[in-house]
Amino acid sequence: MSRAGTQTFIYDRPPVIAAHASIAGPKEGQGPLAEWFDAVLEDDLLGQKSWELAEMEMVRRCVQRALNDGHIEDSAVQAMLGGDLNNQIIASSFAARALGAPFIGLYGACSTFVQALVLGSALISGGFLDNAVCCASSHFCTAERQFRFPLELGTQRPPQASWTATACGAALLEARPGAAGLRVVSGTVGRVIDLNITDANHMGAAMAPAVFDCIAAHLSDTGRSARDYDLIATGDLGWIGRDLLLELFSAAEIDLPADRLVDCGASLFFREQDAHAGGSGCGCVASVSCGWLMKRMERGEFRRMLLAGSGAMLSPTSSQQGQSVPGIAYAVCIEGGE
Amino acid sequence: MEILWMFVKAFVVGGLICDIGQLLILRTKLTNARILVIFVVSGVVLTAAGVYKPLVDFAGAGATVPLTGFGYSLAMGAIEAVNKYGFWGAFTGGITRTAAGITAAVVFGLLNALIFRPHAKP
Amino acid sequence: MSRQPYTPDEYRELVSRLTPPSRMLRGYWRAFWVGGTICCLGQALTLWAEQLNLGEITAPMFTTSALVFLGTTLTGIGVYDVIGKYAGAGSAIPVTGFANSMAAPAIEFQREGPITGVGARLFTLAGPVLAYGISASVAVGVVYWLVKGWVL
Repeated sequence: MSRAGTQTFIYDRPPVIAAHASIAGPKEGQGPLAEWFDAVLEDDLLGQKSWELAEMEMVRRCVQRALNDGHIEDSAVQAMLGGDLNNQIIASSFAARALGAPFIGLYGACSTFVQALVLGSALISGGFLDNAVCCASSHFCTAERQFRFPLELGTQRPPQASWTATACGAALLEARPGAAGLRVVSGTVGRVIDLNITDANHMGAAMAPAVFDCIAAHLSDTGRSARDYDLIATGDLGWIGRDLLLELFSAAEIDLPADRLVDCGASLFFREQDAHAGGSGCGCVASVSCGWLMKRMERGEFRRMLLAGSGAMLSPTSSQQGQSVPGIAYAVCIEGGE
Repeated sequence: MEILWMFVKAFVVGGLICDIGQLLILRTKLTNARILVIFVVSGVVLTAAGVYKPLVDFAGAGATVPLTGFGYSLAMGAIEAVNKYGFWGAFTGGITRTAAGITAAVVFGLLNALIFRPHAKP
Repeated sequence: MSRQPYTPDEYRELVSRLTPPSRMLRGYWRAFWVGGTICCLGQALTLWAEQLNLGEITAPMFTTSALVFLGTTLTGIGVYDVIGKYAGAGSAIPVTGFANSMAAPAIEFQREGPITGVGARLFTLAGPVLAYGISASVAVGVVYWLVKGWVL
């Protein structure tokens, strides 16, 4: 276990992603990535009494699926790391109650999944754990009532608003020295960056500088260039935020080839699906990376990926008090192995 | 013919008042709640200034159905009650005149919450 | 240490350059025709009230209550949010929109119970409207009373 530069962990004993699972909601299941998800929900409520319980049940099913695929008993799970967008991350902690494993609750807004991968990999590489399941979820209906308006209120969204994905992703990390499979080889902890964007709808704009800062830190810490990666995947900047990120890199004169840059939020929906700037929420990067990107890596389509999750660190209180929207980002480097 | 003209006036004036709201939505960062408050208070102030009553006489429902019309009713109620009861009319007039609308919103809102469940958006 | 190539002011300029504008003309037209139509509905209800000989005081009450009933019911069956997404202020500004702003949070928070959920949330959006509208009307009444006393 060692540190490179100022913000990056190099995992000397890189954990293997033994299994990964993704669940997407009905709207996400009509998007371009539909066939990649392990399960698509037919009903937003999952037969539960409330949206919050539905999200909890979605997390439970997703984690269970990852554990089944990884052929590991619930009781053998040494830690669950995860979070969501609900106040006090109730969806994740209630799912952890059902699982019964030691639980580390995390909050990095929409970047939570990558935050969990960074930490889980560090704990495994450091020898504290032999396995850990990392997960994150979001639900359109729970996020909407908490951060925006009641569902039935007749309001219009501006074109820069993003659409909180109803989705969940879970990845099972294991210490398996020498084994084949995807490995998490390094992780970068981002800084909270605020360029004074006050429009709480414009999360792509609020987060792009933080993603830029985190990716630039990763590249400088590891002494690599963006071309050393076959793919750079950002969390949920959306269509506008992706353009902003490219502008930031070009202004900083750091090479970032646009054809290697993919944004999960901009990939989750068709433009005609009226998701405005694209998908967002903790479940966006979690489900898209567990469903789409990792599966493509396993097929050998690309070998080294930098996955950078982005989060907007706002709360209803901070926006009502007129504060700007700070952004955060975490990045992990995932390599495919023979 | 006169009835048709009445509807045209209501349509155009009501539509234009809503477009002022749309202007606020598109050009400013004001939230819906703020815009509704601005409309009601504007209705009260314009009525007090004597501007809104002629508009109501001209456009009928075109001026009373938008929330500025709610402000109009509040202000007219207060003024009429002051004429009738003196000082304390200022405290009773507004609510008295708008009581039906407010009560309807409370009762029907409650009933709705008992009957219906929230729907997820497609 | 900051890596950012832009200052906040420069960045704000870049953001506004890359953010597509809302479709203005379309928005105004939709708000106009939907708002106008709701007002015409109110006009029709007023005419109906006259037919029923409801009188000058009760006729507006009938109109308003009927529109409020329409607004809350369309909210309950999940239609008003679709209209609102299309029409924006065209459906928010008429009194049906006020009804929507009361019914929507009440329905949304029914799982938090009848008191702290439905009962309290009825007024999350409508509360400010009532608070400032009623206070403004009292202010107008008091000023009118003062002016009347001075002049006479």
